[in-house]
Amino acid sequence: MAAKLKSTDIVIVGLGWTGGILAKELAETGLSIVVLERGGPRDTNPDFMYPTVHDELRYAQRHELMQNVSRETLTFRNNASETALPMRQLGSFLPGEGVGGAGVHWNGVPWRWLPWDHEPLTQTLARYGPGVIPPDMQMLDWGVSYDELEPYYDKFEYLCGVSGKAGNLRGQKIDGGNVFEGPRQRDYPNPPMLQTHAGALFEKAAKSLGYHPFPGPSANTSQPYVNPDGVAFGACHYCGYCERFGCEVNAKASAHFTVIPLAARKSNVEMRTNARVMKVNLDAAKTRAESVTYIDAAGREFEQPAGLVVLCAYALGNVHLMLLSGIGKPYDPTTGAGVVGRNYAYQIGSGAIVFFDEKTWINSFMGAGALAVNIDDFNTGSFDHVKEGFIGGGGISTSSSGGRPIGFRPVPPGTPAWGTEWKRAVVRHYNHTLAIGNQGSVMAYRQNYLDLDPTYRDRYGRSLLRMTFDFHANEQKQANFLADICVRIGQAMGAERVVRSGPPQHYSIVPYQSTHNTGGAAMGTDPRTSALNRYCQTWDVSNVFVTGACAFPQNAGKAPTGPVGALAYWTADAIKRYLNNPGSLVPT
Amino acid sequence: MAGIVATTVPPEVQEAEAQAAAPHAHAVSRDGQSADGFRFFTPQEAAIVVALVDTLIPKDDVGPGGVEVGVPIFIDRELAGAYGRGARMYLDGPFGQGTPQQGYQLPLPPADLYRIGIADLNAWCVETRGGKTFDELSPADRTTALKAIEAGQAEFAQVPARNFFSVLLQNTMEGYFADPMYGGNRNSAVWKMIGFPGAIGMYREVIEKYRNKRYDVEPKSIQDLS
Repeated sequence: MAAKLKSTDIVIVGLGWTGGILAKELAETGLSIVVLERGGPRDTNPDFMYPTVHDELRYAQRHELMQNVSRETLTFRNNASETALPMRQLGSFLPGEGVGGAGVHWNGVPWRWLPWDHEPLTQTLARYGPGVIPPDMQMLDWGVSYDELEPYYDKFEYLCGVSGKAGNLRGQKIDGGNVFEGPRQRDYPNPPMLQTHAGALFEKAAKSLGYHPFPGPSANTSQPYVNPDGVAFGACHYCGYCERFGCEVNAKASAHFTVIPLAARKSNVEMRTNARVMKVNLDAAKTRAESVTYIDAAGREFEQPAGLVVLCAYALGNVHLMLLSGIGKPYDPTTGAGVVGRNYAYQIGSGAIVFFDEKTWINSFMGAGALAVNIDDFNTGSFDHVKEGFIGGGGISTSSSGGRPIGFRPVPPGTPAWGTEWKRAVVRHYNHTLAIGNQGSVMAYRQNYLDLDPTYRDRYGRSLLRMTFDFHANEQKQANFLADICVRIGQAMGAERVVRSGPPQHYSIVPYQSTHNTGGAAMGTDPRTSALNRYCQTWDVSNVFVTGACAFPQNAGKAPTGPVGALAYWTADAIKRYLNNPGSLVPT
Repeated sequence: MAGIVATTVPPEVQEAEAQAAAPHAHAVSRDGQSADGFRFFTPQEAAIVVALVDTLIPKDDVGPGGVEVGVPIFIDRELAGAYGRGARMYLDGPFGQGTPQQGYQLPLPPADLYRIGIADLNAWCVETRGGKTFDELSPADRTTALKAIEAGQAEFAQVPARNFFSVLLQNTMEGYFADPMYGGNRNSAVWKMIGFPGAIGMYREVIEKYRNKRYDVEPKSIQDLS
């Protein structure tokens, strides 16, 4: 029996980027706030200290900072005719656990998504008419445009101290920046990062082909920085231990040393770690949340009553909690009715491995998570994708994020996986190889969705989330088209050998791809097709707001943390309006 | 399960084999008292793992072998700890085979997979390789046997042979390339071989200076820098 606690005005579930931003912003209202985080407390000192944190086995292979799937996991199948089976160990994606969430171990790539990504349906219909959208594709606008989100993107970039070069300042295109980006009101807070040889090779080759290379935006600060909240960042050391690691010099933006301590300092905010929320409890009519139930480190159950609930528990965690709690109608792929679990998407990868002679030194171990040179010439909305036979696109880049050798030791195809010949190839190519990658968009489809698994349960007795997902022909075409571009760039680099990596035939839960899960609780303008309104408020339960990439109706050719951060600020503003006048912010 | 091994070859023979396979490395400790002793593997299992690692990463003109840099000890330590127990794995049933896209579906944490897999490997070798266990085969025959397993041509009695092989290969590579404090990559010898500087944390001043130039430094491990 859960012990019932004293009521609070607001409860926030999850303490990563979005929970941290919401806690900090809503703390200004003076209302009482309780934040519940399933994992433990963490701080730069002592948890990410040098040299201990430069440990590839502990962090990159054994996933120390990530979700422990022995407690909570999900089941997966490619299509509804299969039986979903548990993801028994982490692989394809790496959700976080503990203070700071996945924002502790991200690479620090804070994109603004392109204007097209926020209103693909409107733009596709305007340019091509309805005939080009495949029948199973469930394309949706966000209900909020890029221009509306621009000030919030700006706010997130200044919070993170993003290093980069603007390519579109108030409509004026700037060479050397991303000329395909939406207009921004001001430049990034910090100049671009230093360039590697890989980046220089990519830039030159892309230019020679008539493309528009630019330094990728980076939340690894290129110089010491103090953000508008007064939080100091160190300058990046280019150590090559970003992705899957914490940063010892606070050069990689993370909620754990920015918004979270600022919120925790307020007397009206209480943060409880090792507090794992089981469900949101609704009233009998299922129109109002009354409390959340959570379990503490000792297994004790508590009921925390609250006037407002904000779910900030990662894309997959939020959808899981909504399904377990009965918030919104679950999606049924056979009838197409229901909205929770609908529009789940991922990204599709392809690219090229570029092998150089032994006189070319790439030194891939020197780098930073977000240190990359990119082109957006073939990203969503940048070119006539329909002419090429698909909808969508992708960002192409060469990333210098670190050459840690358990994970990175490229050898040409045909090389054995072990033995003397393998070892010779590793030594020959380790320092003379780079990768060009396409991060491809994935649209939402009728057949791809999340629901509750009928068989498997987590340690707490709850049904696991079930993921049904596979790549569709549209995405295969896109990823193949972009792989060819990657090969072309590799060849223009003057390489000895360029090996094309086509997209996988089926999505697999096994190899790491990206922690870019999106959808499942899409935002939109129609309660029949979206779970959230344009303010990330649930249509059915007006005192529950949901943040994070679960709100994105489809995935883009760019990493999602930028729009996740922007949308968190947008949602915080909406909640402040809600608190003055509770009820649905978009009457139905 | 280790008993199956012991019934085919007397333990003292296996131990001698293990030491012969790794003359310059650690002795296989029966009592587990020495710093380099095996904590998880029985002496018989250790001999097999030494032979497996020596086949996957032999000592040759290219660089150090897996055994001489301590990879068997690395695997032993991993299996004796949280990883071996599957502390971060979901191991509840029911269990189904699934598709390749659904990943690992056995009810076994890594320690159990090795224990059963090694027994299976030996039984398979005895049956198909003239009555010899894996460590009794010549280096060439060991290579042939592992290639057959890798290619899916071996049928093990209990665990799928390729499951066992892929985890073994993954752990072998982890031990070979990980920080030396885990027992493999002794003296950062593998990092020296490929030119990886290790746990060094500061390239800000050199990243542009060494563009397209060899950065030749002595690799540093976490303990070197602590």
